[in-house]
Amino acid sequence: MEGREQEHRPRLAVWKLASCDGCQLTLLDCEDELLALAGRVEIAHFLEASSAPGPGPYDLSLVEGSVTTAEDAERVRHIRAVSRRLVTIGACATAGGIQALRNFADVEEFRAAVYARPEYVATLATSTPVSAHVPVDFELQGCPIDRGQLLEVLTAHLAGRKPGIPAHSVCFECKRRGTTCVTVAHGTPCLGPVTHAGCGALCPAYGRGCYGCFGPSDSPNLRALVPLLRSDGADRRDVVRLLRTFNAAAPAFAEASAEVEASAEAEASAEAGASAGGPAEAGAPAGNGDENGTEGPGEDGPRDGRSTP
Amino acid sequence: MTHRGSRVLHVGSLARVEGEGALHLAVDGGAVTAARLRIYEPPRFFEAFLRGRGHTEPPDITARVCGICPVAYQLSACAAVEDACGVTVDGSLAELRRLLYCGEWIESQTLHVHLLHAPDFLGRAGAVELARTHRAEVERGLRLKQAGNALVEVLGGRAIHPVNVRLGGFHRTPHPRELAPVRERLRRALDDAWGALRWVAGFDFPDAHADEDLLALAEPGRYAIAGGVPTVVPGTGAGGGGAGGGRADVRTFPVREFAAHVAEEQVPYSTALQSRLDGRRHLTGSLARYAVSGALLSPLALEAAREAGLGDPREGAVCRNPFRSILVRSVEVLYAVEEALRIIDAYEPPPRPYVEVPPRAGTGHGATEAPRGLLYHRYTLDADGTVAEASLVPPTAQNQGAIEEHLRRVAQSRLDAAGPEGADDAELTAWCERAVRNHDPCISCSAHFLDLAVDRR
Repeated sequence: MEGREQEHRPRLAVWKLASCDGCQLTLLDCEDELLALAGRVEIAHFLEASSAPGPGPYDLSLVEGSVTTAEDAERVRHIRAVSRRLVTIGACATAGGIQALRNFADVEEFRAAVYARPEYVATLATSTPVSAHVPVDFELQGCPIDRGQLLEVLTAHLAGRKPGIPAHSVCFECKRRGTTCVTVAHGTPCLGPVTHAGCGALCPAYGRGCYGCFGPSDSPNLRALVPLLRSDGADRRDVVRLLRTFNAAAPAFAEASAEVEASAEAEASAEAGASAGGPAEAGAPAGNGDENGTEGPGEDGPRDGRSTP
Repeated sequence: MTHRGSRVLHVGSLARVEGEGALHLAVDGGAVTAARLRIYEPPRFFEAFLRGRGHTEPPDITARVCGICPVAYQLSACAAVEDACGVTVDGSLAELRRLLYCGEWIESQTLHVHLLHAPDFLGRAGAVELARTHRAEVERGLRLKQAGNALVEVLGGRAIHPVNVRLGGFHRTPHPRELAPVRERLRRALDDAWGALRWVAGFDFPDAHADEDLLALAEPGRYAIAGGVPTVVPGTGAGGGGAGGGRADVRTFPVREFAAHVAEEQVPYSTALQSRLDGRRHLTGSLARYAVSGALLSPLALEAAREAGLGDPREGAVCRNPFRSILVRSVEVLYAVEEALRIIDAYEPPPRPYVEVPPRAGTGHGATEAPRGLLYHRYTLDADGTVAEASLVPPTAQNQGAIEEHLRRVAQSRLDAAGPEGADDAELTAWCERAVRNHDPCISCSAHFLDLAVDRR
């Protein structure tokens, strides 16, 4: 039986760019399904798990990690070229990951701060998602991705259908789980209303606010959320920190954190002149006509990863 | 094909390790002239972007250094920040942290033993290939790993990057009845851990000797996991002092002096930075822990170690063969399962899920035993808790010098054994990869300070 099926099994490849290994580990964490899966697909390239990588082309490539070096920018084009379908897994591959914090800073200064011989460290000025370099067939969000969602992506691929991954917010999962809203009940700042579902609303279930590790949902309203975070006691610095973690460069989060930062600077310079300004207005960004806040020219900045240092 | 002259062997992408690394071996005549473990994992600049963050943030942020051992990063970060703020976490909160850490030890060590390391001893490319001939053993390993994951999930919310750890303790502590299902699982896992140990004890172990100084944390009365005092069992090599790597010359130093003892050093043949312990190569991880704390294992784990051929650490037995590290890891898994059961059985929920950790200006140090070895964090905070300076020293960065030395020795011994015929490239390469995997290197972790521009031929 194995012989005949082997000929027709779809070939799976797993790749890693700049990342922590956690998302590809999620595949090995499918303890109940791993061996069954290995019977349905040929795991042709998965360096973390096997020292016998098979050559391409591959039917499905899972890519973990962001693009932070010129070599990886080249590699990701190669991966695209040898893959029929390319699915990114995790916050690094879909949004640039925590290492995209360099996009908001001076990478030269970062390099000098960490390395004794910074001139030897090859790196790009930005950390960018795979989609900034090549077309991507599906993006699975999360830091880390959810095991169940990964299995759904694989199952859907085998069945030739679209993955059923809801793009709504964590709030839906909280309601479904029956968790008391930590913001309403305890005034805890929570990113749940703007964060992509998938974790099962874990943090509120453990009594803490969502910290946005799954990145923005399909329709995040940051303009509405930021004042709410402020009224729950988060100052501007807290809000910027909250938005700048594992999905800092996701356009919706990047734009909102930049606006909060800009409004803080504007207020600081206004305070230098006269003391004014009600705290209730403090969170509203000033001087920008874009209503939605999720899309716009602003996103091009941090996502542009093609420039070399 | 045989080779008599000079040649260069290169493994472009090391498999079955965490992160991205490559091997470089140069042979001239019958002698190894260079052996390098090249790290090409891109730098991610954690220490740079931690500056300016709040003092409550390092546990969640540094977890993302490594998806294989996030609990280690979270708890080293907590220990360091709490130290900076003058807060001690003890009692049942400390026990819960140790319990969480046991979960990570079980799943992470089992991952290495079964999926990454065992295939080397049985001539398989990976666990899937291994399962074709050893399905029951691989399934047992997966079950054991799953028990560890279940423990991390119940305490942390999820196995990778748990959400429930915070400064001072936990966001929420479990009710004892929430631990009942995982307790049942761990009881079964105890049998699996025994079975796994007996299985790996039957492997064929090549001879090898790690003569480095061994560095691990020590705690009074028990096998150190989530804290302790850095302790050195001197090496057996030149200048090592201890003739047999014995315990007579064991020395310790406070965690706050870690940076004075373990220093980054630039080696002449490469641009990579490596750690040195008081100027000498050292090794951290399972072999070091077993040498430092082996005598404090439970009676059951000691019996298991004896049965596996590791001798009795209470009588000074030390394991210095890196190939046999799979045995020590398997004993540590068994111990972690037993320890987890002990903690669960004694568990009484603490009055509060965490103690307050108000910020203050100062520098704090923290070290815990990650599955791969001692993981050190240091943070300097401003008065409002803003991180002014951060330093992380992961185990693989410390081990890199020893790994390269073992690589060189294993390659040399294969060349010597092959005699005038010469070892062929494929065989030599396979042995080199094994020499690296013996140490379960976590390259994702090390990348934060190992640089990239080494020779790329």
